[in-house]
Amino acid sequence: MSAASQSYYDRRGMLATLGKDGLIQIILILNTVVMLAPIVIMLFAAFKTNAQIFQSPFGLPDFSNFANITKIWSQTNFLRYLLNSVIVTGASIVVILTLGTMAAYAVGRYKFRGSSFVLMFFLAGLTLPLKLAIIPLFILMRDLGILNTQLSLIVIYVAMGLPTTVFIMTGFIATLPNELEDAARMDGASEPRIMWSIMLPLVRPAMVIAGIQNVVPIWNDFFFPLIFIQKDNLKTLPQGLTTFMGEYTTDWGVLFAGLLLSSAPVIIVYIILSRQFINGMTAGAVK
Amino acid sequence: MPGSPLVSRRLWISVLIVPPLAFVALFVVYPIISAFAYAFFHWNGLARGEFVGFANFYKVLFTQPYADWTVNAFLHNVWVFFALMVLQNGLGFLLAYCLWRELPGAAFHRISVFLPVVLSTIIVGFLWKLFLHPLFGVVNISFRGLGLGGLAQPWLGQESTALWSLIIANAWHMVGFPTLVFLAGMQRIPGEILDAVRMETESEWTKITKIVWPLVAPSATVVFTLLFVGSFNWFEIPYVMVGLEGSPHGATDVLGLYFYRTAFGNMSGSGQDFGAGSALAVLIFVFIALVAGVITFKLRAREIQI
Repeated sequence: MSAASQSYYDRRGMLATLGKDGLIQIILILNTVVMLAPIVIMLFAAFKTNAQIFQSPFGLPDFSNFANITKIWSQTNFLRYLLNSVIVTGASIVVILTLGTMAAYAVGRYKFRGSSFVLMFFLAGLTLPLKLAIIPLFILMRDLGILNTQLSLIVIYVAMGLPTTVFIMTGFIATLPNELEDAARMDGASEPRIMWSIMLPLVRPAMVIAGIQNVVPIWNDFFFPLIFIQKDNLKTLPQGLTTFMGEYTTDWGVLFAGLLLSSAPVIIVYIILSRQFINGMTAGAVK
Repeated sequence: MPGSPLVSRRLWISVLIVPPLAFVALFVVYPIISAFAYAFFHWNGLARGEFVGFANFYKVLFTQPYADWTVNAFLHNVWVFFALMVLQNGLGFLLAYCLWRELPGAAFHRISVFLPVVLSTIIVGFLWKLFLHPLFGVVNISFRGLGLGGLAQPWLGQESTALWSLIIANAWHMVGFPTLVFLAGMQRIPGEILDAVRMETESEWTKITKIVWPLVAPSATVVFTLLFVGSFNWFEIPYVMVGLEGSPHGATDVLGLYFYRTAFGNMSGSGQDFGAGSALAVLIFVFIALVAGVITFKLRAREIQI
């Protein structure tokens, strides 16, 4: 790297390079301002009164003014929505990783007739937008009697998440070395034992990637709750947000506080685990 | 385990493979096949009626007012796709190129460009709806503060700016995705190739068009295809920012909203029609599958193996 950049500077001359790097820095800084400003304005507005928001939208607020946030805490169903989102997302991820790892392990570790067909079967779901099958899904959920329950959401998220998970996990599992497995088999270990005690611990990094790739779209989904869930007590966070935004239309401080509280969990986790988030969410697109 | 090792091995593979397979069959394959079948039936609310052949397709494509609505929504989707191609993917490529130089602060810029991507579309939609409010929104307040009060507009309330406002909100939300996919593609370009290029040319433009762009072709294939599928599935941003009817006067109506209204009825709860809705879903589905297939095929052909 240093040798390459050295010869680069020699050829180009310091001034031209500095000018170009300066331009690049300006573009990046401008872009970061555009990316972060809306989030900072939202953060500030969550601590302001209506008058403060309208008169000085960019001004620093009094961060000890929790009036808006208290209002959300005490007067809305926010905590219930948050809990519902945690339950639905958590359950979906557990089931996706369990079923996804099972399928990927079978396809990636064993040679058997029809294994490529099985993989194709899963991958077919990769590009198909399940949203467009919402009418049959609605009728299916009704026939199964799980419309208006959290189970309907968990089921649909698992269906949505399995294809990419199988895709990512199969690629990873197929590259694991055979030696450990063969040694265990020589010692007479059963296949389930080999999978559970020897191979699964090695698969954990891929599980993290697959988990992150699924957790963000599921946590953020709005479309399926909109169709499947009517009861206010079962609504997830994005869906509950639409209910609540409709009720407080004139109280802008409370609206911004609601947006802030809904986005805070994801933003905080993202800041802590940004590298894993970026790797996970682009995993399907980057080979 | 009973029986020979071969039998038990087969049994074990079945134990692993059958539950996930059954799940996908029931909740992915069956609904998608049904979606096609349902379009050929008449529907009374939630009850399936008699077989009607292509009547539902004929209805949404050739009878008024459906035909006009279909064309209007479809053209908006086309418009959204091309606008986002420039604003989201084009800008994403530029930003990736800037980040690729690894200048001081690049790590921070990379994290901030991806931050909106992790937010829910619902949050993004509401945030921009508040920002674009004609009287109290921060956009118009800023214009007035800068003495440019003439530029302050009812962004979401007039036909000339409404769709553009949604497109910009979407670009702000998602630009980080193509940026980081392109960046990953650029980082895979071998150093020797870049050194060789530096010997040959001084021009940044030649470097981008002749070397970088062709070598990130695999990233472009993925990003273009995903944007295409996303543009023709567009629903959440318009739903939150302009409502189910695609206001004002259908200026922001897109296939996602139109399909939802047709299948599940509008806000007043009237006009639920699963037959016409299924026909629309099938048409959108076939269109997306065909074009996405062609895009992927054409773009794959120009990818170069390094």
